[in-house]
Amino acid sequence: MATGGAPNAPSARVDWADIGARLEPFLIPLFALFVSLALFGAFVALAGQPPLEVYYQMYRGAFGTWFSFQNTLQRASPLLLTALCTALPARAGLIVIGGEGAFVMGGLAAGATGVALAGSPRAVILGAMFAAGAVVGAIWIGFCGFLRARRGVNETIASLLLTYIGIALLNHFVEGPLRDPESLNKPSTRHIGEANMLGSIPGLDVHWGLVAGVVACLVAYVLMERTVFGFSAALVGGNARAAKLSGVKVAEVIVITCALGGAAAGVAGSFEVAAVHGRANASLVAGYGYAGILVSFLARHNALAIIPVSLFLGGIAASGGLLQRVFALPDATVNVLQGILFVVLIASDTLYGRIRWRSLAGAR
Amino acid sequence: MSAKREHGDDSLMMRRSAPPASSTSLFQRRLLLTLVPCLVAFAASCSKKEEAPAAPASSAAAEATPAAAPADKTLTVGFIYVGPKDDFGYNQAHHEGALAVSKLPGIKIREEEKVPETLDVQKTMESMINLDGAKLLFPTSFGYFDPHILKVAEKYPNVTFLHCGGLYQEGKHPKNVGSYFGYIDEAEYVAGIVAGGTTKTNKLGFIAAKPIPQVLRNINSYTLGARSINPKVETTVIFTGDWSMPVKEAEAANTLIDQGVDVLTAHVDSPKVVIETAEKRGVFSTGYHASQASLAPKGYLTGAEWNWEKVYTAYIEKVKAGQMPDHLVRGGFSSGYIKLSPYGAAVSDAVKAKADEAKAKLTAGTLVIYAGPMKDNAGKEIIPAGTDHPQTDISLESMNYLVQGVKGKLN
Amino acid sequence: MSDTTLGLWGIPLAVLGGAIRVSTPFLFVSLGECITERSGRVNLGLEGTLVMGAMSGYGFSYLTGSPWLGVLGAGVIGSLLGALHGFICGKPRVNDIALGIAMMLLGVGLAFFLGKPLIQPTAPRLGAIPFGFFSSSAQLRSALNVNVLFVIGVALAPLLHFGLQNTRWGLVVRTVGESSEAARALGYNVNRVRLLATAAGGFLAGVGGSFLSLYYPGSWNEGLSSGQGLMAVALVIFARWSPKRCLYASLLFGGAGAIGPALQSVGITTGYYLWNAAPYALTLAILIASSSATRASADMPAELGAAR
Repeated sequence: MATGGAPNAPSARVDWADIGARLEPFLIPLFALFVSLALFGAFVALAGQPPLEVYYQMYRGAFGTWFSFQNTLQRASPLLLTALCTALPARAGLIVIGGEGAFVMGGLAAGATGVALAGSPRAVILGAMFAAGAVVGAIWIGFCGFLRARRGVNETIASLLLTYIGIALLNHFVEGPLRDPESLNKPSTRHIGEANMLGSIPGLDVHWGLVAGVVACLVAYVLMERTVFGFSAALVGGNARAAKLSGVKVAEVIVITCALGGAAAGVAGSFEVAAVHGRANASLVAGYGYAGILVSFLARHNALAIIPVSLFLGGIAASGGLLQRVFALPDATVNVLQGILFVVLIASDTLYGRIRWRSLAGAR
Repeated sequence: MSAKREHGDDSLMMRRSAPPASSTSLFQRRLLLTLVPCLVAFAASCSKKEEAPAAPASSAAAEATPAAAPADKTLTVGFIYVGPKDDFGYNQAHHEGALAVSKLPGIKIREEEKVPETLDVQKTMESMINLDGAKLLFPTSFGYFDPHILKVAEKYPNVTFLHCGGLYQEGKHPKNVGSYFGYIDEAEYVAGIVAGGTTKTNKLGFIAAKPIPQVLRNINSYTLGARSINPKVETTVIFTGDWSMPVKEAEAANTLIDQGVDVLTAHVDSPKVVIETAEKRGVFSTGYHASQASLAPKGYLTGAEWNWEKVYTAYIEKVKAGQMPDHLVRGGFSSGYIKLSPYGAAVSDAVKAKADEAKAKLTAGTLVIYAGPMKDNAGKEIIPAGTDHPQTDISLESMNYLVQGVKGKLN
Repeated sequence: MSDTTLGLWGIPLAVLGGAIRVSTPFLFVSLGECITERSGRVNLGLEGTLVMGAMSGYGFSYLTGSPWLGVLGAGVIGSLLGALHGFICGKPRVNDIALGIAMMLLGVGLAFFLGKPLIQPTAPRLGAIPFGFFSSSAQLRSALNVNVLFVIGVALAPLLHFGLQNTRWGLVVRTVGESSEAARALGYNVNRVRLLATAAGGFLAGVGGSFLSLYYPGSWNEGLSSGQGLMAVALVIFARWSPKRCLYASLLFGGAGAIGPALQSVGITTGYYLWNAAPYALTLAILIASSSATRASADMPAELGAAR
């Protein structure tokens, strides 16, 4: 990380250039955060609300109480998995924005499987549900990878189109062939059974998707940074032609990274069914897949960085309601904050390696 | 454990009601407190997860001053909407009810809009309870009920949850849950009479979100009303697939008008686009949820509206008196839960008289909309001769047919 | 009165009408993105620009009483957002796709925030030209009721095509898009060209947004764009970076969107979700059929791939 391009300081005194370069990954986001909070504060003030009090309420809503913190964790957990749907293919140079489709299809597959296995032991039902969600998600995005590798179809547009198709399929099945006749005004598949549902993590009011998400991110990190496969993917992402020359099976790598990403999103959809709704219905279309794209780009497709970024995003989402209720600010206020934050954060990328730490220190 | 923390937060909340004038420096300190966990979470991906919950807990404790005076007798009521609260439709109807509630003495309302039917709504309910001190909640969207309200209601037995949809089942659902709904198809029936009496092409258009019982009942009652005055009328239905799809709704409206339809209505979250498109194309329209008369001064005939103010204020009285309101509350014209938009200029006096007559009969309970013999649009008998299904008949709530005179097929 | 019942013949007519009504925002956004991408930069934020354009167009029209000032205002706001994107992307190490996603969020958020007071009021809206005046069929007349923006968009597509191929500025944009080094060697300021191309793209996207609120469906609300801006950016890839093909793609997409409602209007309701997905399925099918592994992205501006 700390490539510290600057030459060693001539004297034995403190080497500001080196320290500065090492701390850049922390200081620059910190600086960006302050800048965006100042900008958003000005925006809020223009809207006639006291910025400091707004920030205090946001803190309360996101981290300020035990309830709030769990709220944040809960909102972060689907993002951990859906972000991988963009992050893994991105290592191989692909821009996949169809996590929403894989999420929805994974949820539908999990719901249908859970119903089909009714009467089996709980472990079998749950196991099969997650397997089905993962497989369908993997096929969904893997198909984009296949189209890319074999036919040169642009994966960005293909995955976006497939998302709309997936949502249509979900609605079609939920209102048609798979509909529970008793789900009157909210068409859904049959319930998998209250007893078969996945509970919360002990001591927390957060479902197991959080654990799955963190584990998946850790595994993805090891896979992408510490294995031959991850190295091949990085080669493909860097220069597909060179990778091919050095013997990497480019098509295979592309399809596998896509499939793994899709599987992660599919599993996220399965959690939505297994731990929240107990059945598949239109509530699966909640934008978690799209939020995952944002998380992945903010984390620079680094699986480990997805964890804090998801938490951060979850915290903002958790605090949004309080702003509406306490200050009567519109629901879009948090979107404005997110927009400002992310624009500034991404713009701050340009600062890396360009700050002259030594002269900054000298000036002080 | 969590109870203790909730308590700690309660006192925190009371602190907030203190005048903020002199507390700028305090807020600055709080700002720092805000940033620290954010930064910890954001910058240090390697930091231990356990640290984070500890930090806010301790800071909350630090903030907790010796308990402020117990809350005054203000009742905090939370309203949750699935869409924007000024949408000219479903959510606005509820919001208008909420505004009426907010004018009652000793009531403070908290509103949150655009809350999806996912875990988000559970968290919003809990947040209103934990952070705002709400004791009565109105989560208004139909899809909030199962599993979201049921789950949170079990967790907070001292909070009352009242849901729009009429889904409560005695013995199966928590005791602190109630459910209400209006027989708005009575108003649709009368609107249908007005539409059927005004149409020149004998073609009505109904743009709906999804083929679910509530929607089908409205379509059928509308058509039955229209055919009661003009048996040649046919209703064409277009399902858009979701509750808020403005472009698709406009497209459906144009397509229907191109097919010769000259009265349009809609059952989507916001009928705004449909009513405006009808007005632009010079055809008539009838409204739904709230009044859209201002959007179509020429073509708006009438509309089926909710009157939640009536329901909500009655509820509040009971809750303030310390009683649990009735678990299941439903009503039509007779209980004042629904109303009709004032007739538009294009409605003839003869049609008005017919409509008023039907409304009077529905209010008195002497007119049964679903009375046999009745056939569906495939010619199959659905209600045999001599059988009546009055409004309160629960079987009407699982309607899965389109009556004779409606064009379209259900899956 | 005689031909109010067109029956099945109404379907092709509805598709024609739908193509004209629905395609305009896709057309403007994709043309705008086409300019931007030909200069070697991606602006995914056009979804945000579109929504911002819809909101501000409605707002300007409401405040000034002139819908055309609304269109202009939407364009100006759009070009400001585009310029901001272009300016930040001009800095080294900034990823244009990531920034585009952030700009999308900012644009949508700002539009929703500032647009709250505009949901209820009614602003003056754009009119239509009755191109179907010759016909006695009400259906045909309504299908051919065309807004001027659509006409402008249709004219703009070949114009842009010509401009990119045959004019000096077209050559500069293309050079910058194909090789920034070559452009620099020729003495062009790459960043400035891209900034202008992004601002121009933003202008068109803003105008496309104003069409939504000022003509069809013709009011401001938050559900107005169900991802049209994002889809339009994707259509540029589909159209292989050609303004002419952007026109065809938008018409195809708009027309296919009318199939679902049109079928239902003649009583075919079965599987309506699947019919409503027709534009997406059709686009995907054509995309797969027309792609080939061997000449993959031959039309793609070379700098697009290299810019990250």
